[in-house]
Amino acid sequence: MKTQWIIATALATALALPASAQDKVKLVDVVELSGAGATAGTNWKNGIDLAVADINAKGGILGKQIEIVHYDTQTNPGNTRAAVQRAIDEGTYAVLGPVFSGPIGASMQIAQRAEIAQLVGGEAAGLTKQGNQFLFRTSLSQTAAMPKIANYLKNTVKAGSVAVVWVNNDFGKGGRDAIIPELEKAGIKVAADVATEQGQADFAADAIKIKNSNADAVFVYLNEEESARFLRAAKQQGITKPMVGETTLLGAKVIELAGEAANGVRGHVGLSIDAPIPAFQEFGKKFQAKYNYASDHNGLKGYMAVYMVKWATEKQKKFDKKGVADTLRGATIKPSDEPGILMETTIEENGDLDRESFLAEVINGKQVINATLPKIRP
Amino acid sequence: MAEFIAYLIAGIATGAIYALAAIGFTLVWQTSQTINFAQGEFVMLPAVLVLLAIKLFGAPVWLGALIGIAAFIAIFGIGFKLAVVDPMIRHGVLPLAIATMALSIIMKEGAKDGFSAEAQNFPSFVPTQTIEVFGAAISLQHLAIIACAFAVIGLLQWFVGGTRLGRQMQATAQNPTVARILGIPVERMVLLTFVINAALAVVASVLISPIYLAKFSNGEVIGLFAFIAAIVGGFNQVRGALVGGLVVGIVDSMAAAYISSSYRLAVPLVLLVVIILLKPEGLMGRREERRV
Repeated sequence: MKTQWIIATALATALALPASAQDKVKLVDVVELSGAGATAGTNWKNGIDLAVADINAKGGILGKQIEIVHYDTQTNPGNTRAAVQRAIDEGTYAVLGPVFSGPIGASMQIAQRAEIAQLVGGEAAGLTKQGNQFLFRTSLSQTAAMPKIANYLKNTVKAGSVAVVWVNNDFGKGGRDAIIPELEKAGIKVAADVATEQGQADFAADAIKIKNSNADAVFVYLNEEESARFLRAAKQQGITKPMVGETTLLGAKVIELAGEAANGVRGHVGLSIDAPIPAFQEFGKKFQAKYNYASDHNGLKGYMAVYMVKWATEKQKKFDKKGVADTLRGATIKPSDEPGILMETTIEENGDLDRESFLAEVINGKQVINATLPKIRP
Repeated sequence: MAEFIAYLIAGIATGAIYALAAIGFTLVWQTSQTINFAQGEFVMLPAVLVLLAIKLFGAPVWLGALIGIAAFIAIFGIGFKLAVVDPMIRHGVLPLAIATMALSIIMKEGAKDGFSAEAQNFPSFVPTQTIEVFGAAISLQHLAIIACAFAVIGLLQWFVGGTRLGRQMQATAQNPTVARILGIPVERMVLLTFVINAALAVVASVLISPIYLAKFSNGEVIGLFAFIAAIVGGFNQVRGALVGGLVVGIVDSMAAAYISSSYRLAVPLVLLVVIILLKPEGLMGRREERRV
């Protein structure tokens, strides 16, 4: 009788293990938790964790709990490739991340060959011009954002000349290559074209160079920490011209690090917890409560990435890795269908997004939304 | 002209930081034949420890600074000598150098995992303002860095050359065997050198962190440039380290200004190669000869 109980217990345990594993769906996040991308990556990771917790608390995806794993790439393209390969080898349902454009470019073919959707935080225009049907952005691309900024510089800032300062990585170079033609189209002269380095700490010389260019405005396209250092250096050098940038420049971490130097910074913002959208503000409150700091756009991107996977899976009514990508391409996800998407989002065939965006300014250490811009194709 | 002055001041300020670290390099090399490849992290870590003390103890800035600085000097001045240098030096200079590389990694990863992977604000004791000098807007922070660094270096020079203890330290550096015969406590002098190195790193850290922000990876560039500065100026001369630091800082600033920030890491390396080829003992170094 004792032996029978032992056998029965072992059998039940053996049966339970596969059943337990079958109750979960694995997602791997390949993310910059250290190195130059630590700020962006940390926000992205926390946004993902918040989404996973929310979804699991409500029963998961089609009844399955999400198991999330984060691999730190150290903002290194080689590490990113290895991490994506590992994620695929481990059977991830979709790949989340990375955030930085350079590592995305280095790793996206791996997910493509495996026919697994990769939802990324990068904005470099070139990423979605390579025919990769498995790459999906969670932010607007530079191609969509730069015309809006050029128009803003011309019509609102009234700048006749602009100094462009950019970080010499895929993100920065892509942005620089996108903005300069737009400035020229708008009839704005490029007074200075200043390249800086990822991870650069000393921006004194760059600030001096920009000041002496006598530009009417400065377009700043750097990563988070470099943006903060640059703004501080600009203030130290007494630069008073308008500082205009994209989402990153007006991010929460930049505002925190730059302090008073961030006041007056203006720009186009793709995602913001300060946007006049209740769902964004609600997300901001939940994020603050859980992590004790204000999320930047990367937190929102990570959060929405998970919900994109959820929406695509539930649309299929089954777990099909390739089907996730097939379902996302060309789709429009509405908050009425999936509240976690936060705002209506159209996914283009090439993986770019089309959705509303905002014009903002930093006032007294807070990002203030001044205007809402419509979708490119409403 | 105004533009050049602004670049020059910025370069001197940066160079002053490199000089502080380079002097530390030189001091520990002279007294104990130690090449401290963790020197950059020695400049990075004090700021992290100060912020950590403020966070952990809820202390005001001044108290957090005292706790962090004291902890750093105790651990990485005295502790470094006793726990790393003394055990490893008996195996030769190369194993010791490798040990300092390992220490560098430990310090960096420790700061990343124990504190934060992200940059953090470090309080500045100088207002963010500019003053007009010959038509150039000069940052008060840069002027403060220059003034403080030169004051500390001047104080060090006075101590080394003008006090009995300092002269004993010099004697130990020049010839430890004879110094011991003369009754100088050599071990204590070497330990004092390591404490001074840690103190110099603290000064550099407090001066530069308000600009660079406190981050675990800050030590990489500072360490590299300090090493270059020490060699450019002359590895066996403290004054050489000062000159080397200023030269590297100015070259770095001018490279960013007149070439591009994209090449600013390369130009000091080119300078290093040129110096090694043309004057291997450094700008102010003393040519050393070996008897074979």
